[in-house]
Amino acid sequence: MLQVNDIIHLAVTGLAQGCAYGLIALGFVLIYKATEVVNFAHGEFMMLGAFAVLAFSEALGGSFWPAFVLGCLSIGVVGYLIDAQIMRRIIGQSSASIFILTVAFGFIFRSLAGMIWGWQTLSLNTPFDGKVVIAEGLSISHDRIAIVAATAILCGVLYLFFSRTRFGVAMQAASQNQLAAFYMGIPVKRLVSVTWAIGAMIAAAAGALLAPVTQIDTTIGFLGIKALAGAIVGGFGSIPGALLGCLLIGIIEPFADFYFPAIKGVSAYVVMLLVLFVKPEGLISQTFQKKV
Amino acid sequence: MTVPLLEMRNIETYYGPIMAIRGVSLVVNEGEIVTVLGANGAGKTTLLKTASGALDASKGQVFLDGKEIQNRDPDWVARQGLAHVPEGREVFPFLNVAENLAMGAYNRSDKQAIAADVETVYGYFPVLRDLRGKMAAYLSGGQQQMLAIGRGYMAKPRLLLMDEPSLGLSPALVEEIFEIITRLNREQGLTILLVEQNANVALRVSQRGYVMEVGGMVMDGASDDLLASEDIKEFYLGKKEEGIRGQRRWKKRKTWR
Repeated sequence: MLQVNDIIHLAVTGLAQGCAYGLIALGFVLIYKATEVVNFAHGEFMMLGAFAVLAFSEALGGSFWPAFVLGCLSIGVVGYLIDAQIMRRIIGQSSASIFILTVAFGFIFRSLAGMIWGWQTLSLNTPFDGKVVIAEGLSISHDRIAIVAATAILCGVLYLFFSRTRFGVAMQAASQNQLAAFYMGIPVKRLVSVTWAIGAMIAAAAGALLAPVTQIDTTIGFLGIKALAGAIVGGFGSIPGALLGCLLIGIIEPFADFYFPAIKGVSAYVVMLLVLFVKPEGLISQTFQKKV
Repeated sequence: MTVPLLEMRNIETYYGPIMAIRGVSLVVNEGEIVTVLGANGAGKTTLLKTASGALDASKGQVFLDGKEIQNRDPDWVARQGLAHVPEGREVFPFLNVAENLAMGAYNRSDKQAIAADVETVYGYFPVLRDLRGKMAAYLSGGQQQMLAIGRGYMAKPRLLLMDEPSLGLSPALVEEIFEIITRLNREQGLTILLVEQNANVALRVSQRGYVMEVGGMVMDGASDDLLASEDIKEFYLGKKEEGIRGQRRWKKRKTWR
């Protein structure tokens, strides 16, 4: 049987994991809302982010925060260029072509990372190596707290950005009605590229924060598939829904793994299938009927 | 001779393999309301989309104040001073009324002037002031149309394109909206190119009109003359003329054919 301490421990682990999924899903959903492209290489932005922060950290002699900022920004630039130089040309083609293209990006990114940084597992030194002892036998490590805190902060910042700034509201407008946004003189193409940059930066931040938990190698990007499952659970196209779905999946995961060790890691997809059967539009969906 | 505000010269536009507009020319002078009439599929919307850059013309030129603007991105065209109020309103559904209006003024930075123009819009459409915090998706069709017009006005354009503002509205609302269109023209000096199926109301508010059929211009003239023309009466206004023998002639043809 599980003790109370174990339950809390598993729940905290799951919460942190769910937050990491949520950060990746945030990028998925932002890009999907802006362009109706599901970026299957989004997990790879996270992987590249972890490597980039590691590389900057080594170049800067081990200081984490400057490396974190530089790493995230550089992945943001990668995201911007991917859209501005490549995705923009394929918009309007069949969704199968777009799907294949983003999957291909995943392969390319994994191979590139392997060629640059090698295929072995690396570890990143973060300032979050301590832990908080709450009670006898119950402690929470700093890296988990950092992930939850970072998720909360990023969500708050993004909320303010999208609801308060002219640029953010214009990004919402462009995602809701692209042609009308064009007619208003909103530079939709640039906004879409910036959306890719923001999505990539969030994923990169998630990668760096998750590095102490997962370590860093070229396959950690596959976490993105679980984030995608979380986003589907929450209702693709809704940011609060995606966060909720990811938290749910994250929290269920350690318990499911504990009780059913034989099918470790499958729970996320089981939850996704269940939700798709019961409520195909997701837990929180954002739809409306257009009036004529 | 002064340069017209908008001139479209021999425009040809394709939808895939179909030629939707076959060599159309049109002129709008500063301060005018010009209307383009035509049935469904005549190419009216295509004409406006070609003017605002949403569709590329395969031939011909569009000049705004003498400057070529065809085949550019619509956001660039909008920054040259051409605002497009699209068919079917196309408001931003999950933004509230005030945010929708603010998006109309996206490329303006003079905060005070923008605030003054928001007041002007609320002056023309008082109902929008009461609804300013409400999401546009929940507005009625008429309110959405008012919001779309207000949003177009917020860009302070040289020329406002309007695509079927009467679409799906009750006759009373159509009267109200067209009265405001007239006032925007008269009081704010707004030049308007208006595309309509509702010939009666469109010809009453406009100074000049064009008639389109299957991708080409078939008639143009002063709106009063068009209103009086037999063909327009028969085919667009639905007014029936009694024949000599007390009944309608069954083989009446349009004279422009």
